[in-house]
This record gives sequence, C-alpha cells and structure tokens, in this order.
Amino acid sequence: MQRALFPALFSALVTFLLTCLVIGVKLEQDGPELTVVNADAATWGWIAFAVVAVFLVQLFHQPLSALKQRLPTPHISALLPREQLRSRLTPWLIALVVLGLFIWPFMVSRGSVDLATLALIYVMLGLGLNIVVGFAGLLDLGYVAFYAVGAYTYALLSEYYGLSFWACLPIAGLMAATFGCILGFPVLRLRGDYLAIVTLGFGEIIRILLNNWTDVTGGPNGISGIEKPTLFGLEFSRRAAEGSQTFHEFFGIDYDSSHRVVFLYLVALLLVLFTIYVINRVQRMPIGRAWEALREDEIACRSLGLNPTVIKLSAFTMGASFAGFAGCFFAARQGFISPESFTFIESAIILAIVVLGGMGSQLGVILAAIAMTILPELAREFQEYRMLMFGGVMVLMMLWRPQGLLPMKRPQLELKTS
Amino acid sequence: MTNLLEVSGLMMRFGGLLAVDNVSLTVKPHQVHSIIGPNGAGKTTVFNCISGFYRPSGGQILFRDQPIERLTGHRISRLGLVRTFQHVRLFNSMTVLENLLVAQHRHLNTNYFAGLLNTPRYRKRHTEAMAQAVFWLEQVGLLAFANREAGYLSYGQQRRLEIARCMVTRPSLLMLDEPAAGLNPKETSELDQLILQLRDKHDISVLLIEHDMGLVMGISDHITVINQGAPLADGTPLEVRENPDVIKAYLGES
Repeated sequence: MQRALFPALFSALVTFLLTCLVIGVKLEQDGPELTVVNADAATWGWIAFAVVAVFLVQLFHQPLSALKQRLPTPHISALLPREQLRSRLTPWLIALVVLGLFIWPFMVSRGSVDLATLALIYVMLGLGLNIVVGFAGLLDLGYVAFYAVGAYTYALLSEYYGLSFWACLPIAGLMAATFGCILGFPVLRLRGDYLAIVTLGFGEIIRILLNNWTDVTGGPNGISGIEKPTLFGLEFSRRAAEGSQTFHEFFGIDYDSSHRVVFLYLVALLLVLFTIYVINRVQRMPIGRAWEALREDEIACRSLGLNPTVIKLSAFTMGASFAGFAGCFFAARQGFISPESFTFIESAIILAIVVLGGMGSQLGVILAAIAMTILPELAREFQEYRMLMFGGVMVLMMLWRPQGLLPMKRPQLELKTS
Repeated sequence: MTNLLEVSGLMMRFGGLLAVDNVSLTVKPHQVHSIIGPNGAGKTTVFNCISGFYRPSGGQILFRDQPIERLTGHRISRLGLVRTFQHVRLFNSMTVLENLLVAQHRHLNTNYFAGLLNTPRYRKRHTEAMAQAVFWLEQVGLLAFANREAGYLSYGQQRRLEIARCMVTRPSLLMLDEPAAGLNPKETSELDQLILQLRDKHDISVLLIEHDMGLVMGISDHITVINQGAPLADGTPLEVRENPDVIKAYLGES
C-alpha cells in the first residue's frame, strides 16, 4: 500500500491536469487577476470524482487484481457441447443461421435492415483486413484507401461510362487488388512500425488525391447520383428509366421503397457469404498457411523455399480486393461518395474490429464488426462520447482478453495412419 | 562419383573484417561432412553463404555442378539444399503438422482456383503432402504431437521437428547448424542415430556444424576445420584428430 501511494498520487495529478485540458478549463487574464473559466461547480465535482476514482483504483490496484484473479473467468469452451456432437451440429447450425439471415429482413423495420447492411459492409472490410493483419501479420493502417479505390472505381465508371453495378463489382475488386499490389512493392522490406507508417501515408495519399483531382473525382463535392444495383436489370425505383423495367412493375406488386433496402441487404449478405467462403478456403490452402508462416518467421520461410515477396504481395492483393468489393457496394448503397467517407478514422475502426475480434479469427472479426456498427447506433444519445467509449472498450479488451473476443483456433487435421 | 557440393575459394568480407578467407570444401553424395572450429571461426558465415542468406564476396559454390552463389535463399532451397539454424526457427503458433505442410509449399497445388474449388487434383496433392508429413513425423518420433502447436514442444522435440521440416522438402543435402546445442546426452545420441539414418536409409548428405566432438567424430565421414575464417585442416576424423595444427588451435600452444 505504501509503495502504491506515490504512483497513485502521481496518476491522480496527471488525471487532474489532463481532464482540465480536455474539458477546456483554462486560466484567462481578467485585468490584473487570473480567473478560471469554463468550470462551474458541477464540473469541478466531476473532475474531483474522476481524480478520486483514479487515485483509489491506483492505490488498491494490487488487491483489486488479486480479486480479479479469483473471479472465475468465463470458459466459453466449457459451455459448448462436446467435440463430436459439435462437429456434427456445426453445419446445421451454420445453415440455420444463414437461412435466418435471409428471412430476417422481411420481418423487421427498414431502419434495422439498413443498419444491418452497414454492419455487413464492415464485416467484409474486417475480414479483408484480417488477411493482411491477422494472417500475414502486416500492420496496415491505410486499408481504407482500397475501400476508397473500390468505391470510386464504381462511381467513376458508372458516371462516365454508364457501367452497371454488377459489371463494376469485379472491376472494383481488381482495381483495389492492383493498388494493393502497388502498395505492396515499396513496403516489402518493412515490418512493424515502419510498415504501419508507410501504409498510413498511402491511405492519406489516396484520400488527398481524390480530394484534389477535382476534374475527375469532383473533389470534396464527391460524386452523387450513383446508380443503384439492379436485379437482372430490374430497377428498384418508382419509375423506370427509359428502356428498362422496375421490380414492382415486373412482379405486379405495389411500389414500396423498402424493397430496395431489403435487396441491398441481400446483396451485401451474398457478398459477405462469398468473402467468408473464400477466406475460409484460403486459410486452409497452401497460400494461407504461407501467410501465417511468414508472420511467424520470414527467414525460416526463405530457408524452406518460400518466396516471401510473392507471399506478401498476395496477402496485400487479396486483402485489398475485398475492400474493393466492399467499396463498390458502399458507393452503390449510398448513391453518393466523397473523400470524407475515407478518412483515417475508418482505417482505425476497421483495424479495431480486427483487433477486438481476435487476430486471424473469422467469427471473432464478424462479431466485432457487428458490435462496432450496432453499438454506436444503439447508444445514439452518447454520440459525442463515441470515441471515448471506443477507447475505453479497447483498453478493457487489452486488459481482459488481449487475444481478442474469439482467438483463432488452429485447424486440427485428421491423420490417416496405416 | 561426382561431388554434390563444391565450395572453392569462398570469401566473405564485412567492411574491413574478413570473416571467411579462402575456404574450400567438397561434399560427396551419401556423406556426413562436418565443419568444426573454435567459436567465431566463421562456420555459420560459411553456412549463410552457401544457403544464400549472404552473398559471398568471392569464390564459387557449385551445387550439383550448378553455380548457386548468386541465387537467393529460397531458390537455393528449392534446388534441394536445405538448412536449419543455430537457434530453433519454427512457426511457433502453428501446429506441428502445419509446419510440415508449409515446408511442402512448392510440392502442393498452389493454384488459387484449384484450392477454392477443392478440385480432385488439389486434394490428391494435399493427401500426398500429409502422407509425407506423417512419414517424417514417425521418423523423428513426433507423430503423437501432430496437432499440437510447435511452440509447446520441448526443446529437443523442436530440434527434431526442425529436421523433419527440412526433410519433407525432399532435399539432397541437409545443412545442420549446431543441431545438438542444448540437448541432453540422451537426446544427442538420438540425434546421432537420426543423422546416420538420413545418410544410410534416405540417401541424404549432411553438412554439419557442431561443437560436440563426440558426435562429430562418431558420425562424420569427412571433417573440415576452420580457424579465424581460414581453412586449417581437412580430412577424415582420424586425420583431423591427429593434426598438430588442429590440436594447437583447440588447446592452445604448449
């Protein structure tokens, strides 16, 4: 306790100073005297509360952590049914969940479906970044650049050449993949912090380019009126453009604007299912294992005949292509994009999703993506504190489950021995 | 019989330091060839030059009559010349079996679409790789640990896994950098047996750096002694043991 006293006092002091700064308490010259502004009695009360709280937590840190140790940690694995039963149940469970996801939008409100669509976009982004960060261990802080490339590819092709969403989807993926490859080349030799800084710079370059290339991208005004996806040429609008037909006319039903929302949700769901399938396969393929091996030990990889250049580039390329798909869909859903949608904070959120979910774990990343999009919506009243909550959740996670929500499990391969 | 590996006049200079000075050695097929020398003699540097982790400043390295001194590490390894490291370098968070599958990357079907669609040809290659992995796990006695993460193995097991991981790449020359370092006497004698087995049963040549003289003298067919970067002696264990220069280098002048 004695030993904890000094650090506790120090922490309290730091808390006091930082809180005052953050809240905006400042000294102002009022004639010959200095007065404190921006602080009424209630604010002082809260500051005092925060200082005392920090002081006490620091002071009783050791007994607290001892208590924490004694608390039973939840064992998720113990709650699940046994291995054999589980492996038999899993396919059915997955089928049930997928079926539920397809039926669900027809029963709930338009707002929820729209939110779910947004969550699905983040799932796709999280899964894509998971390839680069989780599997290959390459810290990428500029992932949003590929998202932007995908979005602008569709927006520009649609605006200038009138290409449809479905034609642009693969093009956007390819385009983003190309950019991934371009980014990959200069950073081949970099690792860790250095890599993070270069990718961060790359993300900013793309955003600033989009912002300033006004002739083509419209600059900060962005591009609006981007065409929505169609169902085999059937539009989801009230009136069809010339030479085409709308969905409700074709099926002879009344026009309902929620049709489009549900349709977009279903498209996003299909894209996510495709992403999950591909990544699931890739993880078990030689290239997926090579990514992980490269993360573990690059020199050993070389000594075993694996070409690190090709493997790193493929990770960047593949990760980027999923961001491209997501970007293309995002542009189609919003109908309007501007560089503002692709700021660094987006990269940070996607990275947070990967870290919270557990590096390399697919299910974890999916859950984290859903949580990260839905929680801020549920807590709308606390909008201003969103970043604060964000930070708080991150700190807590790092303390309690540094490996993420659901850490990756090694695939167990069955041996056939004679 | 032609030579498997022929190193002649190998030089390696780091700035002003001449770490390897005119070293030559010849490894014949079906042989255990050891490189010994005091600490800091430049043995590992020779290894790094041969395996392509350093680019030698001079000299020639022929592997099966093909010059390899300009090739990068992964290309050399693909030719069938695979090495281990002084410190164990496993993929620790991957399972034992995955370690062995990664090593067979080149032998697997790496076509994206074949893998995505799980085609019969892809599956066939995978099954073959698994069989190869199981075979070598049996050889080094690690079959029971196949699905355990490599980082959780004991040190001796990690050493053996490293050798197995090299062997699944189907090399013709295996280079071991101090494989017995940190092993207890029992594990060392097991290693001894394993190396002899590689030579006799699997027709592999082994190039060995080792400080354990018992091991070296017991299993080597040929020994090269290096001292301060320069070759000191070369010959059979018996010749080397009686060479006065070698005794002087190891025990000091009397």
